[in-house]
Amino acid sequence: MSSQLSIQGVSRVFTSPKGQATQALTPVDFEVCENDFVTILGPSGCGKSTLLRIVAGLDQPTTGQVLLDGVPVQGPGADRGMVFQSYTLFPWLNVEQNIRFGLRERGMPENEQKERSDDFIAKVGLRGFEQHFPKQLSGGMQQRTAIARALANDPKILLMDEPFGALDNQTRVLMQELLLGIWESAQKTVLFVTHDIDEAIFMANRVAVFSARPGRIKTELAVDFPHPRHYTIKTSPEFMALKAQLTEEIRAEAMATDTH
Amino acid sequence: MVQEAILLFTEFNFSHDIAMTIWRVLAGFILASLIAVPLGIAMGAHKGVEAFLEPFVSFCRYLPASAFIPLLILWAGIGELQKVLVIFIGSVFQIVLMVAVCVGAARRDLVEAAYTLGAAPSGIVKRVLIPGAAPEIAEILRLVLGWAWTYVIVAELIGSSSGIGHMITDSQALLNTGQIIFGIIVIGLIGLVSDFAFKALNRRLFAWSSL
Repeated sequence: MSSQLSIQGVSRVFTSPKGQATQALTPVDFEVCENDFVTILGPSGCGKSTLLRIVAGLDQPTTGQVLLDGVPVQGPGADRGMVFQSYTLFPWLNVEQNIRFGLRERGMPENEQKERSDDFIAKVGLRGFEQHFPKQLSGGMQQRTAIARALANDPKILLMDEPFGALDNQTRVLMQELLLGIWESAQKTVLFVTHDIDEAIFMANRVAVFSARPGRIKTELAVDFPHPRHYTIKTSPEFMALKAQLTEEIRAEAMATDTH
Repeated sequence: MVQEAILLFTEFNFSHDIAMTIWRVLAGFILASLIAVPLGIAMGAHKGVEAFLEPFVSFCRYLPASAFIPLLILWAGIGELQKVLVIFIGSVFQIVLMVAVCVGAARRDLVEAAYTLGAAPSGIVKRVLIPGAAPEIAEILRLVLGWAWTYVIVAELIGSSSGIGHMITDSQALLNTGQIIFGIIVIGLIGLVSDFAFKALNRRLFAWSSL
């Protein structure tokens, strides 16, 4: 598989209004192949979300560049869909209108929009909720809509910034299975940021472990469990071994963050 | 007072005064809204426009509309235009600034989400900033409509031949306190009704925001 997303020497320094500089990212080099599912695992505040925002084009790198299919990323665009941790559905649009937002913006004909949104509403299991407004939905349903909204737009890569971080544990586990199921049936490149070790392993073909701030990629780990994956693998010895290894890595970083 | 009230309607054509006042308020208020809302949105959406207009609008906001009445009489006469302009001046700058603040306070994450869905800057304004701010803009208009009512009476107290304010000045000359009090009550009642209507309309139009 060829590299689709190429992160080359990307670093980010934030400057406070008083002129104090904070290095959020030390130069990161990273490649993501087409249709790969990569999770970025790291302690909170390590700069992993900053990296994702730079890939999305919502933030500018201080040095380096991001290439998508060889083309430098200049700003946000429909080719990089994003699902945020916070609930970002448009509260004045119902589920269906939210999913159609990007399609409408692109000027897709009405009937095609409808077809696509119906398709993705079914995929995320929201049939019967098309006319509901975001405030009438649970957190899990809102994030399902957000995933459908991002996927309906058919981006080249799906960026996910701790999308299940605000959900309760049971819902989160179900959402992981749902997303993985969608990924298994419709191949898509996914870059998924999380601080949850189970989530990082269960979802990914490859886990990139971030160091404490200033962030950099410390280790990369291939996850070779076959697809489709069943939630029972989470209790398998192989999974446990990976988890133990990653727990050690993350623990060291979390402690490093703490002492800063 | 009840007798005075009946007299007002039967003998002095008070309903005409009421209609005139309502007409003036609406004309001035709608004119101000038509100009101020788009301007406020432009200021809230574009930092450049805001930096350019803000000092001017902030300055004008503190100019009391009633202080313009003598000037407006000189420039626009004592006709309808003068009354409408008083209300216009009293409302327009308030609306611009409040709308600008509310549009500027749009949720950043929604704007970012729209960008990642491929929205262009014009799409952000049309499909994120405006719909997101719409319920609050409607509330601002409701508030300012209330203020417009106070301006119109002041405008009618001076150099006017019709309207509720004019009736009140006339009654003062005749020492008819009953009519004055009734006039004030009528203003309050109209304000109350328009406020209720506005509120109901906002709830209907923006059902999503009160879910």
